[in-house]
Amino acid sequence: MNTTEKYLVGVYDDEDEVLHAVTEVKGKGVKIEEVYTPFPIHGLDTAIGHPRTRIPIAAFLFGLTGLTCAQFLINYTMVFDWPMIIGGKDFFALPDWIPVTFEGTVLFTAFGMVFTFFVSNSLWPGKTPKTFDLRSTDDKFIMTINMGTNKKSEAEIEEILKASGAIEVNVKQF
Amino acid sequence: MAGHSHFSPANVEEFYEFTPEARKRVITAMIIGAVLLGIGVFFLGSGEHEAAHAVAGHAAEHGGEHLSGGAVSHHESPWNPLNRLWVNLWMNGVFFSGIAVIGMFFVAVQYLAKAGWSSVVKRIPEAFPRFLYFTFPVLLLLFIFKGDVIFHWMHHGITDPASEHYDKIIAGKKGYLNFTFFLVRLVAIFTVWIVLWNMMRKKSIEEDLNGGTQNFFDMVRIGTGFVVAMGISSSLSAWDWVMSIDTHWFSTMFGWYMFSSWHVTGLATITLTVLLLKDKGYMQYVSDSHLHDLGKFMFAFSIFWTYVWFAQFLLIYYANMPEETIYFLERWEGHNKVYKAVEILNVFMNFFFPFLIMMTRDAKRTPIFLKICCFFVIVGHYLDFYQMIMPGTVGPHGGFGLVEFGTVILFASAFIYVVSTELTKASLVAKNHPLLEESLHHDI
Repeated sequence: MNTTEKYLVGVYDDEDEVLHAVTEVKGKGVKIEEVYTPFPIHGLDTAIGHPRTRIPIAAFLFGLTGLTCAQFLINYTMVFDWPMIIGGKDFFALPDWIPVTFEGTVLFTAFGMVFTFFVSNSLWPGKTPKTFDLRSTDDKFIMTINMGTNKKSEAEIEEILKASGAIEVNVKQF
Repeated sequence: MAGHSHFSPANVEEFYEFTPEARKRVITAMIIGAVLLGIGVFFLGSGEHEAAHAVAGHAAEHGGEHLSGGAVSHHESPWNPLNRLWVNLWMNGVFFSGIAVIGMFFVAVQYLAKAGWSSVVKRIPEAFPRFLYFTFPVLLLLFIFKGDVIFHWMHHGITDPASEHYDKIIAGKKGYLNFTFFLVRLVAIFTVWIVLWNMMRKKSIEEDLNGGTQNFFDMVRIGTGFVVAMGISSSLSAWDWVMSIDTHWFSTMFGWYMFSSWHVTGLATITLTVLLLKDKGYMQYVSDSHLHDLGKFMFAFSIFWTYVWFAQFLLIYYANMPEETIYFLERWEGHNKVYKAVEILNVFMNFFFPFLIMMTRDAKRTPIFLKICCFFVIVGHYLDFYQMIMPGTVGPHGGFGLVEFGTVILFASAFIYVVSTELTKASLVAKNHPLLEESLHHDI
């Protein structure tokens, strides 16, 4: 990496506090990048203002791809390349192929969604994870502010975080 | 979500009022249904005459070949047009018994799972089984007096080796399919359903008065018992009331198939009732998250129905054994193709439509989409029951006429009347349900 990213990391002690802090900090014009918590908190996503995930759309498209591929495979092998009569049915015996079509759809959807998730979250082999504060896997709630996307000065933001209930504010660079 | 935080236990009780105008409207619908039915029955005889001739001619052309696994082909006596009325009453009786009992099943499953989200809507399905009090006598009387019209195995002399109507296959099923044992099962199934529902309903209303958690745990126990009872009785009722019509034929999937049809219809009816009450200004605490969950239920069980339907179809299609394929052949090509359109609609309305319409999150949260989908599912599964029951009973004399529309309007308005009356008897929200708070904050 030739550019370093600088973050301010607010550490909170309590889930209600961090939920209120999100609204408060945002209200003061600070852009929050992410909040890391040891367990899911209801309403946190909407409070931060994350857009809804578009993974269902990806899933639908992967499903369509799977359906098409399964149909292509079975049509090519069973109807065009080497037509075979099985059980006295037509070459094109659609009901027989529904299970295969279903499996193809599910397989493509499942793998497609997993890989889309990995890619969109930058999770690939050899990647060094951005760990802001290890305690977010234990008992602390971590709010991260990307200084590159915020116009306010470091001191100002630190002040806002402290006022919203952060027990400490650290600087983290990657 | 925001609205819920102001919901205080002080104003938690909410009673549904079955207003005189609403009552009048439902009774008008009932009268319309009855009049249509009356006209339909009156004209049954005259219209049937020509149809019967046409069918007789058709059969003669094909050397009398029959595509029927059911009773019709074995009717030696002339066709009585009134039979169509009895069969329609039986069909609607079975269909609406299903919707009613699924109300109880839904509540039982929620208690068994100790689910919190559903406690704001649970009074709606809880009111449904009251209708069993009305379908029970209908089915009982029809079976006792008109059973031979509906069931092939009840035909006179069919298990008597000396009789000219003797049927070896049916005689082999005599141990299970006989008048007494069937009657015992019919009465037992309804008794178990009604008794368990009464216990549940009593505990539920008691909870409103007393509070505490004892009633909740009692209801968990009753619900568990009901789920076990339903596991057996749903299969028994499917074999008895519907599958035994096509006595020669059997399918090991049939219990599940009919249960899944009932279940998804029941879920659609619950959702539709909640939506309509919400439109009238009741149950404002039901949020789009609750609707989303009800929609998911309906979506999932539409697919479940398709899965069971298709599993049954695929095995029969693939194995290609004549005694099994007759069932689908009869519906697809038999009886002058009267049932072909219904077969196509069945899969379209009960699978493709709900599957594609209800797929997105937004659709499940939008009342109008939900309503359209509920409507399609309910009508679709009416057609599903229609094609299960009609080909084996009325066969070529079937169709959609005033009798069909009259009967279904009559049953539906009676169902609305009975359930609406039952809804007035308890608060629409179970105010002392221990998980009510969780349900009020339900957020997905």
